[in-house]
Amino acid sequence: MSAPTLSKRQPPPPAPDAGAPRIPRDRAAFRQALKRNLTAHGFLIGAVLCFSLFSWYPMVREFFLAFEKRENGRTVWAGWSNFTYIFNDPAFWQAWRNTLLFTGLALLLGFVVPFVVALVLNEFRHGRGYLRLLVYLPVMLPPVASVLLFKYFYDPGYGLFNRALGAVGLPEQQWLQSTDTAMLSVVIAATWMNMGGATLIYLAALQGIPGELYEAAELDGAGILRKIWHVTVPQTRLVLSLMLLMQIIATMQVFVEPFLLTGGAGPEGATLTVVQLIYQYAFTFNNYGSAAALGLVLLVLLAGFSAAYVRLSRASEE
Amino acid sequence: MTRSGTRRPRTHRRHTAALASALALATLAACGTSSSDDGSGGGDAVDTAQAAAPLDPKTKVTLTIDCMPPATEKAELKQWKEDVEKFNEKYPNVTIEGKQTDPCLEPPRFTAMLKAESQPDVFYTYFTDLQQVLDNDGATDISAYVNDRTVPALKDMDPDVLDVLKQDGKLYGLPYSNYTMGLLINRPLFEKAGLDPDKPPTTWPQVRAAAKRIAALGDGTAGFGEYSAGNNGGWHFTATTYGLGGDIVDEGGSKAAFDDATGKRILDNLKAMRWDDDSMGKTQLLKWGDLQKQMASGKLGMFLAAPDDITYMVQNLGAKYEDYGMAPIPGQRATLFGGNDYMIKKGISPDKVKAAIAWINFKFLTPGKGQFDWARTKADGLPVGLPQPNFWTGATKTAHDRARAANSTMPVANFKAFTDNRVQGKPEPPKAQEIYKVLDTVMSAVLTNKNADTGQLLDTAERQVDQILANQ
Repeated sequence: MSAPTLSKRQPPPPAPDAGAPRIPRDRAAFRQALKRNLTAHGFLIGAVLCFSLFSWYPMVREFFLAFEKRENGRTVWAGWSNFTYIFNDPAFWQAWRNTLLFTGLALLLGFVVPFVVALVLNEFRHGRGYLRLLVYLPVMLPPVASVLLFKYFYDPGYGLFNRALGAVGLPEQQWLQSTDTAMLSVVIAATWMNMGGATLIYLAALQGIPGELYEAAELDGAGILRKIWHVTVPQTRLVLSLMLLMQIIATMQVFVEPFLLTGGAGPEGATLTVVQLIYQYAFTFNNYGSAAALGLVLLVLLAGFSAAYVRLSRASEE
Repeated sequence: MTRSGTRRPRTHRRHTAALASALALATLAACGTSSSDDGSGGGDAVDTAQAAAPLDPKTKVTLTIDCMPPATEKAELKQWKEDVEKFNEKYPNVTIEGKQTDPCLEPPRFTAMLKAESQPDVFYTYFTDLQQVLDNDGATDISAYVNDRTVPALKDMDPDVLDVLKQDGKLYGLPYSNYTMGLLINRPLFEKAGLDPDKPPTTWPQVRAAAKRIAALGDGTAGFGEYSAGNNGGWHFTATTYGLGGDIVDEGGSKAAFDDATGKRILDNLKAMRWDDDSMGKTQLLKWGDLQKQMASGKLGMFLAAPDDITYMVQNLGAKYEDYGMAPIPGQRATLFGGNDYMIKKGISPDKVKAAIAWINFKFLTPGKGQFDWARTKADGLPVGLPQPNFWTGATKTAHDRARAANSTMPVANFKAFTDNRVQGKPEPPKAQEIYKVLDTVMSAVLTNKNADTGQLLDTAERQVDQILANQ
């Protein structure tokens, strides 16, 4: 049975009359639409106000701030000088190098490890709930508590990691106090703190894969690795892509972990990140203009990733 | 077709709405771009003769003031309330509304407060904050209000201290406390190591030798500690440089001046203590608060500090005053000085300004009263005897020091080496925090990298600081 067509159910709308006054009818339609959607608009007001005040307004304000500076108690137009300042600051390039290094390492560890953990968890038939809880527990800890825990682990004098290394006869490491290992140490701590959420998302995606696909692969003689490569990865590709982008966006804004673990910059500035530099400009140097300029640079870069994320999200909806 | 046909108007509406929102926000943001009229300080224009007169006791105003002691500091809070009552005996119509802030100042909060112009009428700052406050148009020029009638002890106030609160000859604040840096020692550890705590080290070779002996006690004990994070490393490099007669920037304030034999000597000495002697402990990247914890737990022999670091350790970390002593900064050519003060918000009425000065004078600048009522401080169980504040000169200083010694609650002899060898104070360099950030890298390199090239580090830091100074 086909659906009733418009022509069968009601008369067609009258043809537009060129001589008839259009505005009152538009107004009436508008009023009617407004009345119909009044409740929805009412519900939206709170959210719109909140976003306007705490998200959109600060973003627009930041744009203006990037072209201003304070001089003798006055706000004056700064032109591009805030951008010149940040590009000439040696810490700018160091912060970007460090941030990209953190992002790269965080993707290697923070992207692969949760996926592997999810794969392993997916294979368990019993106690899966408890294991999920165990994996998710670090996310529930306050970030500061987790970071301080790792600060203790990494201490070269009395830290747990060096004691463990010593117990098995391996040489002690400097962890956060060496330019070679500082960033990796920060990434390990960050991965432990944040992998729970990603693991659960991967696990949900894995559980959505029809079992018949694995059975078919098994019949074709596929081993574990081939099943992962030819069934699991293609079936979860979209989720993996979305998570990859989300992680890039999140890791490029890293702040708490290096700030608390290494006091900000770390040994010879090895853990100074872009967001920390923004914080330093604003709250240590009282240079809001340069902080806003650097914020804009970061915004432009992250906007690119966000656009890709939105595209992928739409693709997943369709 | 149908799809695009139905979507186009919606998209169009969406774009129109987005454009309208963006315009509205942009307008709002542009409105947020505050700027004062002409920067000439028009808001400060006052009748000089009227301003110079003390506060009329009948004046009715309400003053908001930060840094009122928090409820946890019961004795200090009791004194604050007593002082408000006494102040109100003379000025019954002045209402003091104290704001409890603990700590009194946190740089990020302070910076945001100035930006939002939400500081109280009378607000607490560090000596180094003057430029930041003026950049934000935040303080009143109080030159016309401050004189021997409104602040009777003014003539005996250390002019160096008042100078840091002035710009272009205009006075913007009144001091609350000040300090000069010296060498803080752990007396029990000195005794355990066979060192005489009454004769603390006064040169860097002596510090190194003493640190080595203290570290030899073992059990994770460090002889000497130093900061290298949170800009504190740069701050202490500056203090050490001053102690040896060096400087961070040249006289004109346009070039770095630390890349010389003095700077190299400082770094080489630290490197030798850290790596050759192993007398500085393994844990580095320390910032303010970390060394205090080490010393209060009996694991650290010495570090550069101000006298009130001892108060922090006693009040927060369970330490005892008698366990500590102070020596002058090694080298003794000059020492970094700092302190805190109160400024008065720009734009408040002249009556409020007068009332604020009357309160600051009563509470913080009158010998024998307010914070200088040492007999009351002792009776309330608070410590007396630290060589801080120390901004009086002449007859006022003599009387003040006598009163403080008479009421001391700690063995002041432990500070004899510090007080008997008064070192000339020197303020922080311009663009201090930005320079400290660069020097932090140098300090962290020396303390975390055994193979650090000190000459190379100084060369790089010099170039970076020159760039910072060129961008002023």
